[in-house]
Amino acid sequence: MGLENIVLGFQQALAHQNLFFAVLGIMLGTIIGVLPGLGGANGVAILLPLTLRMPPTSAIILLTSLYWGALFGGAITSVLFNIPGEPWSVATTFDGYPLARRGKGGQALTAAFTSSFVGACFSVVLITFFAPLLADVALHFGPPEIFAIQFLTFSAFVGLGGGNPLKTVVSILIGFILGAVGLDIVTGQLRMTFGTTELMQGFDFIVAVIGLFGIGEILLSVEEGLSFKGVSSQMNLRVVLETWRILPRYWRTFLRGAVIGFWMGFKPGGATPASFMSYSFAKRFAREPETFGKGNLEGVVAPETAAHAAGVAAMLPMITLGIPGSPTAAVMLGGLVMWGLQPGPLLFKEKPEFVWGLIASMYTGNIIGVLMVLAFVPFFAAILRIPFAILTPLITVVCAIGAYAVHNGMIDIWYMLVFGVVGYVFKKLDYPLAPLVLALVLGDHAENALRQSLIMSQGSLAIFVVRPIAAVITLAGVVFFALPVITPWWQRWRANHAGTPEPGKA
Amino acid sequence: MRTADLTTAAILLVLGLVVLGDSIRLGYGWGTDGPQSGFFPFWMALLMVVACAFIFLQALRREAGPAFVTRDQIRPVMAVLVPATAMVLLTQFIGLYVASGLYLGFYMRWAGRHSWPAAIGLALGVPVITFLIFEQWFLVPMPKGPLEHWLGY
Repeated sequence: MGLENIVLGFQQALAHQNLFFAVLGIMLGTIIGVLPGLGGANGVAILLPLTLRMPPTSAIILLTSLYWGALFGGAITSVLFNIPGEPWSVATTFDGYPLARRGKGGQALTAAFTSSFVGACFSVVLITFFAPLLADVALHFGPPEIFAIQFLTFSAFVGLGGGNPLKTVVSILIGFILGAVGLDIVTGQLRMTFGTTELMQGFDFIVAVIGLFGIGEILLSVEEGLSFKGVSSQMNLRVVLETWRILPRYWRTFLRGAVIGFWMGFKPGGATPASFMSYSFAKRFAREPETFGKGNLEGVVAPETAAHAAGVAAMLPMITLGIPGSPTAAVMLGGLVMWGLQPGPLLFKEKPEFVWGLIASMYTGNIIGVLMVLAFVPFFAAILRIPFAILTPLITVVCAIGAYAVHNGMIDIWYMLVFGVVGYVFKKLDYPLAPLVLALVLGDHAENALRQSLIMSQGSLAIFVVRPIAAVITLAGVVFFALPVITPWWQRWRANHAGTPEPGKA
Repeated sequence: MRTADLTTAAILLVLGLVVLGDSIRLGYGWGTDGPQSGFFPFWMALLMVVACAFIFLQALRREAGPAFVTRDQIRPVMAVLVPATAMVLLTQFIGLYVASGLYLGFYMRWAGRHSWPAAIGLALGVPVITFLIFEQWFLVPMPKGPLEHWLGY
């Protein structure tokens, strides 16, 4: 790779207009991350229709900055309100909230933001070096390899997602089926429209994201009985500097968290397990593990580093392979298509200013982000003190606007409501929502890859195991799919043969 | 919880069958130049029917467990869902701006027991601000009703 690429990128990222969008994005993103019912995926989805008239580079900088802001915002609610704004901030509450209750909220927040920043930087540096290499490899991929990667992506949800694997499979299938509704662009036939005109345009993933995550999340949180009892925090320069003096002590935790985060993050659904894994590793290697959960600063550092590293790493497969690593990345991928870009390895060749502008903006966005959140914590925390009876209708209206703006269609607002109820029921019954959204976004792409592969092979599925690269990826996918079946079997076998079964994790 | 699990699995199973039927109508085999339109949905739907059947059986074998949702839980959910649905219905006839203003004002008075001035202030202020942001600044049109037409938009 050449240095000129990254220089080109920084020229893009440091343009006044784009710096403005980065600040705006982080501002909105942090607010969205703090608010219940709105998260990264949702915020990006609502803003997406507004970016259609922007240059693509500015648009992606706005949306990715929103994503970083949402990641930072999740830490604020976790520490001060004991409410994880996002699933990957759950582990941050374990030690963050006890710290805040002891009056050390400022330290906890400084540690959380700094860890996020370190984790993000670690991943961005790796992306800077690996993305061009991975894109080069991916340039040689044909339809069978692309389909194999899609297969691997979804099997990772089944194998690593936890929960009931059958329900994960059903979620994926629902996403694919919804994605297939409407006009089949290859044959020109209408599918599953049952003679109605309303179904002809199909289901837009943006509407699904807004409904499933936005409305569904509001319904869930009112059911649990919303009560924001926040702890106020002292946040000033002295606290920040003092905390920064302590933090280098935890360099091992930082490094471990960043590596775990990056490794888990570029696989789909990785941020949440990464944060938990990093937390439990930190606890296991700590000198005083019993202080964890009672307000240990290291217990904030570990999950935040990993979550943010994973959040950034999720961008790697999106820009190189056109496969998103998280629901938010999936929505951005949909954005690329709407702006007229073809996601995938060709982007590096055809739109270098876009790709490198995006990568450079990950550096600038995270620097701006950490400074902004450190400076404006009281403001962001005050948002949660807005009375519930104002927040709920406001969020609902914002969601409705976002849904309508997609196609200027009233029907989309109705779909949004229906998806909201579906999201509420699915969440309660343990059907995961992220794979559904990813399948809906990737549906056409996956189907085309499969069709083209089968045309190449005259209809034989053997094409996925005969070509070496496709075979390796397919095999990995099969292993992931089989994991939920193998694991209990393997544990039983070990228990029988080892004589004394190990306590805890086998 | 079990009843809800059974119901959801059954509904999804039926939906799977519906899709399966349509895929067969479209043709799920090999066309003149590749797989037919129904090919991909056919296999997706078939897998879904099988998976839902398994989930159904799993749920059948389980203990009933706690209720899916208690009466105390469903009340606040409905208190959000019903006004939201009403807002969407109103939007269809009187436009998003007026509907969202009415919705905000109503919800603040009814659920939050805020004072009349606060409710009216926000009910007027929020639609005006959204109007300025979307119609004027971003040029994204929202559903409009008689009021906006009367004002000349």
